[in-house]
Amino acid sequence: MKSALILGASSDIANACSELLARQGYHLTLAARREGALRTLKSDLEIRFKVSVSTQVFDALDFDSHRSFYQGLSNSPDVVICAFGILGNQEQAEKDWEQCKEILDANFTGAVSILNIVANDMASKGSGTIIGISSVAGERGRMSNYVYGSAKAGFTTYLSGLRNRLHKKGVNVLTVKPGFVQTKMTENLPLPKPLTAQPEQVAKAILKAAKKGKSEIYILGIWRWIMLIIRNIPEFIFKKLSL
Amino acid sequence: MKIANWSNYPIVDSQISSYTDSGKLPFSEAFITRGNGRCYGDSSLNNQIASMLSYNKALEFDIQNGVFTCQAGMTLDRVLEIIVPNGWFLPVTPGTKFISVGGAVASNVHGKNHHYDGCFNDHVVSLDLLTASGEIVTCSSEENVELFETTSGGMGLTGMILQVTFRLKKIESSFIDQRSIKAKNLDELVDLFRENENATYSVSWIDCLQTGKSKGRGLILLGEHARIDQLNTKQGKNPLKLHQASKVTFPLNAPPNSTNKITVKAFNTAYYGKQLSKEQHSIIHYDPFFYPLDAILKWNRIYGKKGFLQYQFVIPFGQSNEGMQRVLDKIREYGHASPLVVLKLFGKQDDFISFPMEGFTLALDFPIRRGLFEFLDALDKMILDLGGRHYLTKDARMAKETFFKGYPNAEEFVRRIKKYNPNYLFSSLQSERLGLTQKTQE
Ligand SMILES: Cc1cc2nc3c(=O)[nH]c(=O)nc-3n(C[C@H](O)[C@H](O)[C@H](O)COP(=O)(O)OP(=O)(O)OC[C@H]3O[C@@H](n4cnc5c(N)ncnc54)[C@H](O)[C@@H]3O)c2cc1C
Repeated sequence: MKSALILGASSDIANACSELLARQGYHLTLAARREGALRTLKSDLEIRFKVSVSTQVFDALDFDSHRSFYQGLSNSPDVVICAFGILGNQEQAEKDWEQCKEILDANFTGAVSILNIVANDMASKGSGTIIGISSVAGERGRMSNYVYGSAKAGFTTYLSGLRNRLHKKGVNVLTVKPGFVQTKMTENLPLPKPLTAQPEQVAKAILKAAKKGKSEIYILGIWRWIMLIIRNIPEFIFKKLSL
Repeated sequence: MKIANWSNYPIVDSQISSYTDSGKLPFSEAFITRGNGRCYGDSSLNNQIASMLSYNKALEFDIQNGVFTCQAGMTLDRVLEIIVPNGWFLPVTPGTKFISVGGAVASNVHGKNHHYDGCFNDHVVSLDLLTASGEIVTCSSEENVELFETTSGGMGLTGMILQVTFRLKKIESSFIDQRSIKAKNLDELVDLFRENENATYSVSWIDCLQTGKSKGRGLILLGEHARIDQLNTKQGKNPLKLHQASKVTFPLNAPPNSTNKITVKAFNTAYYGKQLSKEQHSIIHYDPFFYPLDAILKWNRIYGKKGFLQYQFVIPFGQSNEGMQRVLDKIREYGHASPLVVLKLFGKQDDFISFPMEGFTLALDFPIRRGLFEFLDALDKMILDLGGRHYLTKDARMAKETFFKGYPNAEEFVRRIKKYNPNYLFSSLQSERLGLTQKTQE
């Protein structure tokens, strides 16, 4: 039986991925910070899909714990989805280093720390898939969220380097840039419908791309064009915009 | 964000917060809990809303004994997806599967089996409520009984229902053994209900535009869960078949007046005329039997942008025939009724604040147009005079007096709301209109 490890399992995107993987018969290990949330996710998947699900508490910010966390897993996963991260508050991050550092660590350093371990394991096995949920926000710094954006930029770059390294070892690395997604975090934002994906749609696209061995995907094709434009606005104009 | 419930009226600007699993109250000032917004009016609307839809996980399923526990935001279609393949069904279901379990409890919903199985909460084992003090309290018919009673049909005014444990109904197949019988007029229809009191499910559809001898002509639908040996070969291959996702969505911007008298009449004739024989017998899936309207997503758009009002009331037996006749006459006179008029029998129910009582209940839609509100005010009076009352979960406009006259425990309900919800933290536009809570801040 193939197995998957979901890091940051309580996010809506991660949960939609878990459902699809459970349906496809994967053995799942869910990892997240809060034990209560893990218990609920486990019971839901077990009742709905009649599968057995493992859970493991995981704190992305507690770097030192990552090695023992990974060694403690009952089996070495074939697929790892790295879905944790926080949006944080840009304004506070500008004033408060602790806040700023938390955004950087939760979205970048923590991911690097755990994925280094995963990568070495998969490289030695000579197979596996690593899926990183990054963001379109990492493609260009904007005043409204550049701390988060720069952490995601770092994550995207890390993933592309990892892909380059692991390709020869039979391990695929997929970078996902979802754009707007309708989740509990964005419920109150008036997101433009044509640009907004549903978590189930995101999960489907991710697993399809992983199966095909793709390197990088946007969920809705239109985001590729939007980001192409955003990347290509000359800096002397871009700096005057309020984005 | 602008938001409305199923009848598209009223539309309010609201701050929405999704309840996740924090165990904490999402707002410190007046808000109302919202499930899937399938109540028709303003019961789950206010300027601040806690949405339960993301709080929707299955927590426990005792397959042997048919007991199910889930978070309150899980919708009934998802519950069915879990329980039906295991040979269980909902103990009570309303006419749509797109409501949340929390909404089922808060409105204490009824189904086509009310005369037989009572309301949804008659099957609830226990529930967890996040109360105004921020505490989570477990209540049931044995524990914190008063709070349970008041939450049942209490329209979200005692707290946020977080999770619910309820008993299921055992089924051999997911098909329904259905009989449909034509009735020439209201008297015959009522007789048919009486004769078939032993049927597990019964509901009727009436054509309220007919006059003279066919006044109140209609169809009564009776149903039992089908046994395996009643299924045909095709059905027998998958006896616990699930409903399919709906594929048809009603187009945006219905033509204005698409429900005027002529189309309504045509619709009714087609429906009634389709069945040629007096009685028909068939084995059909639960989806078309319980949820015919779910086949078309967003069917509420048929009434156009202005929206509509749904009107449901109950009249106690004794008065029923004659009273209902007069009400129907009045509606016919008014002329702008809906194609959908549903009539059904309620059995005994003497809950603290729930809607059903022994008698007949009638539900119909009215597209919003000038004069409607005045017309309904007059209709309210007729129904109160007959000893009847109105269903809160369908309401968007009734006057305070109408509620207080119709519900014998109204005063006590107000007292208990004050007890459990002292600062009116849980408060909807409806509860403010009906004087159940008071607006505390702007
Ligand atoms: C096509 C159609 C057919 C219907 N048929 C029937 C029928 O046959 N019988 C029947 O009884 N009803 C029927 N209804 C009405 C419907 O079942 C109720 O309005 C139900 O309460 C809607 O649930 P919801 O999850 O959509 O909740 P909402 O509509 O969002 O809210 C309804 C009420 O429940 C409260 N509430 C919701 N969730 C919670 C929670 N977690 N904690 C506390 N309070 C909460 C809200 O505050 C509000 O007062 C029908 C509705 C439609 C659209």
